[in-house]
Formats: sequence, C-alpha cells, structure tokens
Amino acid sequence: MEIYDAWNGFKCRIWKEEVNVRDFIQANYTPYEGDSSFLVEPTEATNILWGKLKELQKQERAKGGVLECETEIVSGLTAYGPGYIDESTKDLEKVVGLQTDKPLKRAFMPYGGIKMAQEACSTYGYTANSKFDKIFNEYCKTHNQGVFDAYTAEMRRARHSHIITGLPDTYGRGRIVGDYRRVALYGIDALIAEKQKDFENCGCGIMTDDVIRLREEITMQIKALKGMKEMANIYGYDISKPANNAREAVQWLYFGYLAAIKTQNGAAMSVGRISTFLDIYIERDLKNGTLTETEAQELIDHLVMKFRMVKFARIPSYNQLFTGDPVWATLELAGIGMDGRSMVTKNDYRFLHTLENMGPSPEPNLTILYSSKLPENFKKYAAEISIRTSSVQYENDDVMKPVWGDDYSICCCVSATQTGKEIQFFGARANLAKCLLYAINGGVDEKTHEQVAPMYAPITSEYLDYDEVMKKYDVMMEWLAGLYVNTLNLIHYMHDKYYYEAAEMALIDTDVRRTFATGIAGFSHVVDSLSAIKYAKVKVIRDEIGLAVDYETEGDFPKYGNDDDRADDIACWLLKTFIDKVKHYHTYRNSEATTSILTITSNVVYGKATGALPNGRKAWTPFSPGANPSYGAEQNGLLASLNSVAKLPYHWALDGISNTQTINPSALGHSEDEQSKNLVQIMDGYFDQGAHHLNVNVFGVEKLIDCMEHPEKEEYANFTIRVSGYAVKFIDLTKEQQLDVIARTCHGKL
Amino acid sequence: MLSQELVTENYNKGFINKIETFGSVDGPGVRFVIFFQGCNMRCKYCHNPETWAKSCGETTIWSAKKLFDMAWKYHNYWGTNLDKGGITASGGEPLIQIDFLIELFSIAKSYGVHTAIDTSGQPFSRDKAYLEKFDKLMSLTDLFIVDIKAFDTNLHKKLTGVGNENILDMIKYLSDNGKHMWIRRVLVPNLTDGEEDLKVTSSFIKSLKTVDKVEILPYHTLGVFKWKKLNIPYSLEGYNSPTEEEIIRAENLLEIKN
Repeated sequence: MEIYDAWNGFKCRIWKEEVNVRDFIQANYTPYEGDSSFLVEPTEATNILWGKLKELQKQERAKGGVLECETEIVSGLTAYGPGYIDESTKDLEKVVGLQTDKPLKRAFMPYGGIKMAQEACSTYGYTANSKFDKIFNEYCKTHNQGVFDAYTAEMRRARHSHIITGLPDTYGRGRIVGDYRRVALYGIDALIAEKQKDFENCGCGIMTDDVIRLREEITMQIKALKGMKEMANIYGYDISKPANNAREAVQWLYFGYLAAIKTQNGAAMSVGRISTFLDIYIERDLKNGTLTETEAQELIDHLVMKFRMVKFARIPSYNQLFTGDPVWATLELAGIGMDGRSMVTKNDYRFLHTLENMGPSPEPNLTILYSSKLPENFKKYAAEISIRTSSVQYENDDVMKPVWGDDYSICCCVSATQTGKEIQFFGARANLAKCLLYAINGGVDEKTHEQVAPMYAPITSEYLDYDEVMKKYDVMMEWLAGLYVNTLNLIHYMHDKYYYEAAEMALIDTDVRRTFATGIAGFSHVVDSLSAIKYAKVKVIRDEIGLAVDYETEGDFPKYGNDDDRADDIACWLLKTFIDKVKHYHTYRNSEATTSILTITSNVVYGKATGALPNGRKAWTPFSPGANPSYGAEQNGLLASLNSVAKLPYHWALDGISNTQTINPSALGHSEDEQSKNLVQIMDGYFDQGAHHLNVNVFGVEKLIDCMEHPEKEEYANFTIRVSGYAVKFIDLTKEQQLDVIARTCHGKL
Repeated sequence: MLSQELVTENYNKGFINKIETFGSVDGPGVRFVIFFQGCNMRCKYCHNPETWAKSCGETTIWSAKKLFDMAWKYHNYWGTNLDKGGITASGGEPLIQIDFLIELFSIAKSYGVHTAIDTSGQPFSRDKAYLEKFDKLMSLTDLFIVDIKAFDTNLHKKLTGVGNENILDMIKYLSDNGKHMWIRRVLVPNLTDGEEDLKVTSSFIKSLKTVDKVEILPYHTLGVFKWKKLNIPYSLEGYNSPTEEEIIRAENLLEIKN
C-alpha cells in the first residue's frame, strides 16, 4: 500500500501494509485515566444547530411522527444534492451530510419491498409516484416479493400465528456494520485497490455458485465505493485519500456511515466502535496545536447530532414491533484491550458529554463496553450520566472480548460482531411460550385454532405432568427450530439477492465471517410455567373443542428472578436446549448459529398473540422484555433479579441476553455521589458474575405517569428511557407500551 | 403460620419478615437488608407495620448460617473500597432477636463483612445479663443506625408508645464505647419539627464522639396502604410530607452540613 503524509506521527506498520484498523488503534491510542473535569460546554454553533433541530423534532411530532416523506426519488448515494440542517447556518455545521436534501425528511427506499415503501408514504399522508409501482413490480423485483415467492405454506402459517414473528421479510435486515473508520484511515482509493485485488483472487477458476455470487458482490462493492466518493464530492469533499486531521477523520468516517443509511433502511444501522479511533486523530491535533478541546468537543457534538437525525420511513406493523422510531445507531465506548490496557480515551468522555451538552437522546444508542477493571473515574462518570439521562446501556466486555476480540462493534441493540470482519444475519425471534402451548395442544394455535405445527398428540390429562410436558415440548421445539432456521435461510438468500448491502460490505473484509442470529421470545414465562408444572399443581381448563385455554395453578413455585436455582436451572436448560436444536440445522452461507434472549419492544406484540400460560400470565398480555423476569415474579429485590439473569451463560446466547432495570433514584442513594457509587457497585457485582447486558433507567414511576398524562411538557420532549436493547423517547411509545413500561417492576423501596 | 411456642422455644432461629437484596440507604454502599420480625414500638408513621407482630403470614424462619449464605450470594456487589457495603439488620426491631443477631454477625465477621444494625434502641437496658449480650453484639457490629424520633420523652411516648430514656442511654453507651453511628430523625411537619426539640437533639448529638452522619428522613405516606391492609387505624391522617424548605430548616437546626 502507498504511504501517506496524512499518517505522519502514527506508529507501527502492519496497518500500513493491509487494511487493519484494529492494529492502528492498538498502536496509537492514548488511554485516559483522569476525570471529567477537562470537558467543555457546547459552542454557540452547537447551541444554534441543536436549537434548530429540536424545533424540527417538535414539528415532526406535531405532524404525527414524520416531518416529510420523499415520493419522487429513489434513495441512493448520489440521489440528492447537498442538504443541511438549515441553509442559512450551513457554515456552522462541522460535520455535513444528510440522507436526503432536507433534515428529518425520510427517503424512499423500495428495495426491501415496494409495497412497504408505498405504505410507509401513505401512512403519513403521502403518495409515492405511481411509476414506482410499475418499475419495482414489473421491471424488477424487491426483497419482500422474493421471500413471499418462495415461502412454504407452513412458513406462512407460522408467521401468521406469530410463533415466529418480526422476521426481516418486510424490511431491511440491517445489523451489518461497515467499518466506517476505514474511509478516514485509508481513503476510498486504497480501499478500491484492495477490493480489486480480492476480485482478482476470488475463486480458483471453477465457477461454483459461491464464487460467482462473491465476484458479483465485490463488483457491487467497488461500485459503491466509487459512489461514496461522488457523494462526498457533492458536499465539496474529496475522500479518495486518507483524512489529514481530526475534522476530516470525523467527516470521512461520517460519509462512510451516510453511504450506509442512504442505501439501506435496515432495522439496525449501527455506527460501530469509533470513539477510541477518532481520539487518536484528536490527540494528534491537540498536540500539534491545530485543535482545541472546545473544537474537539464541537466535532463530536456535531457528529452525534447527525446520528440523532437518522430517519427511515416505516410501516405501522414495523412500528408496533420496534416502537419509538429507533434506528439503532449503536456506538460503543470504553472496553479493555487484549493486552489489558483500558481503551477509555478522552473521546469516550466526549461522547457521553454530548448527553449533557445537548440533553438526553435515544440515538445514537450509546453502549459502554463495561468491565469492573475500567478506570474508576470513567465508571463513575458513566454512572452519573446514566442517573441523569437514562440514555446509556452497558455490556460486559469481559465476556465478549474472549469471543470477539477487542475491536468488536454492537451491530444492533446488544449483539457483537468483529468490526470489518464479520456480519450477522438477523433473525428476529421464535416464540417459545407459544411453542409450549403448541406442545400442550398438539400443534393447534390457541388463538386462530389453526393446525400450525404437526399434529403431534396433545396432552389430555386434567393436571399437567412435568415429564409428559417436557417430552412433548422437546419435540415441538425441535420442529420450531427447524422451521425457524429454514425460514431465515430463505429470507437471507433473498436479501442478498435483491437488497445486498454493497456500501457496508465494501467496508468489510471480502472474506467475511457470518453469524446467524436467532432469538427467543417469552423466555421468563416458559421458565416459570415449567417451574409451576414441576413444583406446583397445574390444572388445565379446556374449551368446548378441547383446547387448553387457561390454567389453574395451586400452590407456590419458584420463579425466575429470585436467585433461586430451582427456577434458574430451568432457565439455563431452556436456553441450552434451544440453541442446540437451532444448531442441528444447515444455515445459509455456512453462517454460525447463535441465539439471543432479547425482544426489543416486541414483547408487547408477541404477548398479544399468545394465550394464557401455566405461570399465571393472562392470555394476550405482554411478555416481559428480553431476559427480564416475569412481571411481579421478583420478590427479593434488584440484586436477586440480576443474579438470576447473570446465571445464563453468555456463550450459549452469543447474540445477547438483554436485561432492563429501572431503579428509583431514591432507592439508589440519598446524594448524587452515593447514587453513582452504588450504581457502579451494582454493575461491578453483576458483570463480574459473567452477565451480558444491562439497561439502566433511573427515575420513579411518578415521572412516567406524569409524562404519559402531560406529554406536552417541555421537560419531556427528549425524556429518554431504555427499553430492551435500545432507548426511546417515552412520548414516542404507544399508550399500550407506555402502560407496559409503567407496569414493569420498578426497583424502589418503601 | 407460626405459633408463639416456636418463638420462645427456638431461640436461635431468626424470624424474618422480608429480605431486600439491594438496599442503598441503610448503611454505606450496597446493602443486603434483613427486616426482622417483631417490634415493641408503635410509631405513628411506621412504614413497615407488618413487622410489628412477633410473626405474620409472611414470616420465614432461618438459621443464622442459612441466612448468611443467602446474603453472601451478593457479596460481589459490596465492593472493596471505603464505602464497602454489607449486611444491615433492620426491621421490625433486630435487637429483640439479639441471640440470633449475635450468631449471624459472628459468621459475617468471620468473612470480613461490614455489619450494620438499624435499631430503635428500645430493647436496650443496663441490666447485666442484657449488657453482656449487647457488648458481644457491639463487638461484631461496624455501624449502628439509630433514630432520635424526639428528644422530649413525653413527645417520644406520644409518637411511639414508649419513653426514650433507655434509647438515649444506648446512644451514649455506644459513643462511650467508640462505636460508629448514624443518627436519624423522621421529620413530620407540626409533629417532630419543633425548634426546641431539634435544638436539644443537636446539642445532644454534639456531645457524642462517634457520630459519622446525621440525616433527616422526610416523612412519606407510601406505607399507609399497609396500615389499611392490616386494619390498623392510621392516626397521622392530615399530616403532610415536609417541603424542601422545611427539610432545610430542620437540617439547619440539627446543624447538618451538606
């Protein structure tokens, strides 16, 4: 590779000989152990721009959630001229680039499915140009059509009954994180040259399916790289060569990300692990005297402002699954390197400080890669920010690092992938609670009364027998795992074919490792139901056609969430059994199967489609989210609940185990100092046991109720809460979900 | 349900109302809080009236070892720094079950766990047999959290059903023996916020040598529903939680520095 002047002062050589951002970071970053006192206030430019953006957000809300929809132009890298937050203040924007020509305007993105793109417009009172109907139905085809052309009848039934739900067959699958840092470090030309080498080396000459497909993909990637250059050019930047300084590095990197969000409306569009990387550029400029701390903070504030503006046009059924208009612009901070050095830099403080400079916000989805070994100062500052903003999530670096190394990104809410080396096939989740009901009812759906699963013999006894239930549950789960994996195989085949992520893949190694992320919904309810069957007496209530529709449980039984091994062992068993079954099946492109216990906000939708359960959960009511214990099950307080979740081995659920906890500030301590110290203590204790993830909310239920009743209050405009794996503005949730959040355990204490 | 016989015959068993794995205000750091069953005081603002009786429907019986083992499951939340968390015995009134408490804290201390007792002080006496036990317990306890609900014994009696002479005596005894203390006052406007009473409380506290912290606990009504559930008439109807200004006033009178 060529050696560039832009690299002056940067150490080591491997990263100069091959595309290797991790090597660059490890050789050049400056760990920071100090406190937050160096941080500075927002600049006037930041205040002006953020003020304008807040005003636009207000207008957006007043218009029902969407400010404007594109109806004439198909989104693409160069579909639009330049766009700014406001034409009159464009010189104040230190980082430029919008998805469309106007701020918060939603692009028309038909490749995931033309019907969905049209519906997204019409939902908000817009009509997509009728020519698109012909183009995308007659002349070419979209992902969604491809999937439905190939679905089996059984897959359609399973989808319809919601035993598998949320599948990425009507929307972009997302969860692919381009290594956007490459644009800054190498410039586009060098990246094109590398891809060209890969193209030449692709295959041995025998044209198998794999080779043909990959050759076509590499060509699409190179085309996307060229498109990125043109896109940057529209804004007056030449990104063909490496970034020369911090400001360019931030801008170049953002152009890489912008290319992704102009071309894909994936369910999750993560930013990745950029904080430590950018700090290297900032440190160099600070040392050279070409940048001040105020300017450095301004760069980060403006970059974050851009991440706060990412929007996609969605359809109502999508919004029900993933409420609050999330895009999962997930961005990681901290972590510990393989050599044991903390990766916390001043920049990790700057990113957290954006929540003070511009107030709380759900995006970017700030994620702290936590370890009890992180510098105490940083842990304390992060806890303070959590207490003030409830906008941060924590993931255990100590359990992820052995699997993914020290340069992984979180590709969605909580799932790790090695940056630039891996992608993930996102697979939504299987409803294991409904699966239990199918085991009892012989595959007949309790809501639709359709025979969805094979006609296995139902349970006919008056009282449920644990051994009999377990036997039947096992075969039903085997059926579900097989159907689920194959449905996903089909979906991802079509997504690659009709909606390939060329821009993101162009910033990832050609020889990419793929994981195949399945997921579990209804987890805690299955665990408690099986516990009830084992430790109490469960009587079946059947309707006139003999279908089990309700359960009467006599006696007490141990529940997941109380640090009681009797229940928690069932939880571990359930996870292990499911992932083992998933692994029986062939996966598309030889990807590695993983699973998650993570529901996002879809716990409400899944619950709505699921009948009563033996643990006492009423029919059609929400599930608890992610790996959280069932509502009302926790009897011994927060730490007992955390201990139960911490028992689930992360390596059985490599796609993540999400846990969301809300703590009343007064229960956390009297003074702010006590509160942040105690929060650090909680996280140290929790993560040192090998737990994977924690969403931390700090507020009282009174605040939620007041916000639900008075959404118009200024203080609630950006009031952010963490839900399963992401953050939302509370006022953007549906009433149903607001009530659900309020009903969940709030760890306070009388 | 438990019979009275059990309580008296099986002395070294702990009668526990409730366990909270995460407490953060009853002692330093993160605490495992054990709410003991039974209390002889009848404070008008009590927010745990279900702990008054010697036993109730929720009471569970524990051996000291078993209870400690359960607490120990949370030791990695307690940390190792200066604000080290640990176990707090609260209630109810833990001193009523002093033998059990001694056994529990002996085990805790053998593991190096920080121990605290949140007590009303009501069972304290200078009776020789009692004091022997109390001395033993004191040697196993890192922190005493005590209330001076009122300094004037008549007001105290009105408020709790008992006078406070032996309580103030216990506080003095703890101070004389170099035991660290937090002192608290539940602030009910128009009831426990009299200027004179707060002032004499303050000078009493000043005469003590080992007080690490003085705190105002603002009266709240979150526990009232429990009284209704237990069918006990609640006599503080009409009394309000203190305002921010009322809290600051009381803090000033108690000379609490924040």
